[in-house]
Amino acid sequence: MSLFDWFANRRKSGPISQERQERDIADGLWSKCVACGVLAYTKDLRANQMVCPECGHHVRVDSNERIRQLIDANTWQPLDESLSPTDPLQFRDRKAYSDRLRETQEKTGLIDAVQTGFGQIDKLPVALGVMDFRFMGGSMGSVVGEKITRLIERATQKRYPVIIVCASGGARMQEGMLSLMQMAKISAALECHREAQLLYIPVLTNPTTGGVTASFAMLGDIILAEPRATIGFAGRRVIEQTLREKLPEEFQTAEDLLQHGFVDAIVPRTQLKKTLAQLISLHQPVTPTHHQLLQLEAIALTSSIADSGK
Amino acid sequence: MATTERKPLLLDFEKPLIELESRIEQIRELAAENGVDVSEDIRQLEARAMQLRQEIFSSLSPSQKLQLARHPRRPSTLDYIQAISDEWMEMHGDRRGTDDPALVGGVAKLAGRAVVMLGHQKGRDTKDNIARNFGMASPGGYRKAIRLMEHANRFGMPILTFIDTPGALPTAEAEYKGAGEAIAYNLREMFRFEVPIICTVIGEGGSGGALGIGVGERLLMFEHSVYTVATPEACAAILWKDAAKASQAAVALKITAPDLKNLGILDQLLPEPSGGAHSDPLGAATILKQALIENLETLLQMNGQERRKMRYQKFRNLGVFTEPS
Repeated sequence: MSLFDWFANRRKSGPISQERQERDIADGLWSKCVACGVLAYTKDLRANQMVCPECGHHVRVDSNERIRQLIDANTWQPLDESLSPTDPLQFRDRKAYSDRLRETQEKTGLIDAVQTGFGQIDKLPVALGVMDFRFMGGSMGSVVGEKITRLIERATQKRYPVIIVCASGGARMQEGMLSLMQMAKISAALECHREAQLLYIPVLTNPTTGGVTASFAMLGDIILAEPRATIGFAGRRVIEQTLREKLPEEFQTAEDLLQHGFVDAIVPRTQLKKTLAQLISLHQPVTPTHHQLLQLEAIALTSSIADSGK
Repeated sequence: MATTERKPLLLDFEKPLIELESRIEQIRELAAENGVDVSEDIRQLEARAMQLRQEIFSSLSPSQKLQLARHPRRPSTLDYIQAISDEWMEMHGDRRGTDDPALVGGVAKLAGRAVVMLGHQKGRDTKDNIARNFGMASPGGYRKAIRLMEHANRFGMPILTFIDTPGALPTAEAEYKGAGEAIAYNLREMFRFEVPIICTVIGEGGSGGALGIGVGERLLMFEHSVYTVATPEACAAILWKDAAKASQAAVALKITAPDLKNLGILDQLLPEPSGGAHSDPLGAATILKQALIENLETLLQMNGQERRKMRYQKFRNLGVFTEPS
């Protein structure tokens, strides 16, 4: 290769993306924070749950790491691990969807963009779903929809709280309308869970956008978010094109949503497990017997009113 | 329905047909001027025109259907409501400070039965379109919709929704007011109602903005309507990195009524009058009315719990995956 070619290639490859930098550095011995530039020993960064000890920047974590951070050791029971995506539309953009799936599966070791299961958080049983942004941007297709729906349905049976850690660009276009329908399917399961008077807490991490925001991300009894996470429905660029003006930097950040009343609290990752445990123990499910008792009381009350009316 | 004389608005694929029709008209006029009898020739030409119309409209590509679905003369929600109901009164406002003209609704009487009808409303001309944001509803629109549906459920009135939107309104204000939350809330609450819910895609079904009033136990769709996870333009820009690939995306996304029937999403395809709904709005309204009445009759034979279960099952079954046992 001539020197000229080398420069040409170099220019073509452009500046290294933030994501790429984060990944490369996380594998090394030392990590340079993309936000403040301070070098940290990678082991220390991991010990701090991938939050920069200097400036508090939250480095993206994958679903395995997230489960490790939240669930008590040796209590994780994964569900529906063999549920696999297919290519129902025979979709092809610049690449065939089936190839894209296979490559992503090989690269990430995941079958699709969510892991679900039961586990304990400080000894409290929970149903947990964790989306993984590495898998096609955490996009929601049939498998993500089905796994989350089954998780919620089983949680309703077992009377467990549901926690879903969101990280998604939205519906997966490669599965077309089937992806859109997952939004309704999951919302239906949440309605049953809610009717059973059980607690649901979505945790919104960077990014939570599109169809995920317009369904289960915004349906929590209590909604938590990680600092600086991008959360929104319509894409920032789409809005900028419509308005033909630049939006402020704060737009669609977790802090911005807190201010407008759409999340309950911004919780740093290092506090997340503790906060979840606290919230779950504050919201012990109304036991069926107690609930039934209330209903019985109500019936007795109405019948006695009817009697007195005679 | 408006019957004022309007400039014809032609789509590319309609042109040969319109040319032929205007030529027939010319011949007719010439013959009348010169006192020549050409009725036999005209009959033949008209038969040819009808055949051509059928050929063109039975083999439309997905992006041609998209053009038809977005046709400025295509009957809108209010056109259909006015054509099919015996009585109608529009209701306004979400009781949270907004009345969104891009999503309209109210109480109506359909074949002697009180119902709530609501849907996205595109404008009839440029000025109206600007006022109605081209049928892109704001969070206030979705909150008005759920308020009306709640009302319907309380008074035992079936809910009929009409879908016709490019998508929810993408503005900063809509985001600040919770565009995602408003749609999400509707998705969940619509599973709670015991009254029948029938949703009909009358034109363009665009993404979450369409689904926000699209949860029912029956989904109907006009023949040349489309329903899509993202507009083909947006999809092309994201997946092909080239917005000009929209017609390719329209094919790949499987957005037409027959496609959605195959995927199990669509329950009933409503045929359109030959030449599309805009060429015969009253004919299209008659087809819609008939279908709604028939579906209502079936659903009204069930009780509220059964209808809720049916709605749940309809969506529960959607999705394609494999699961080795």
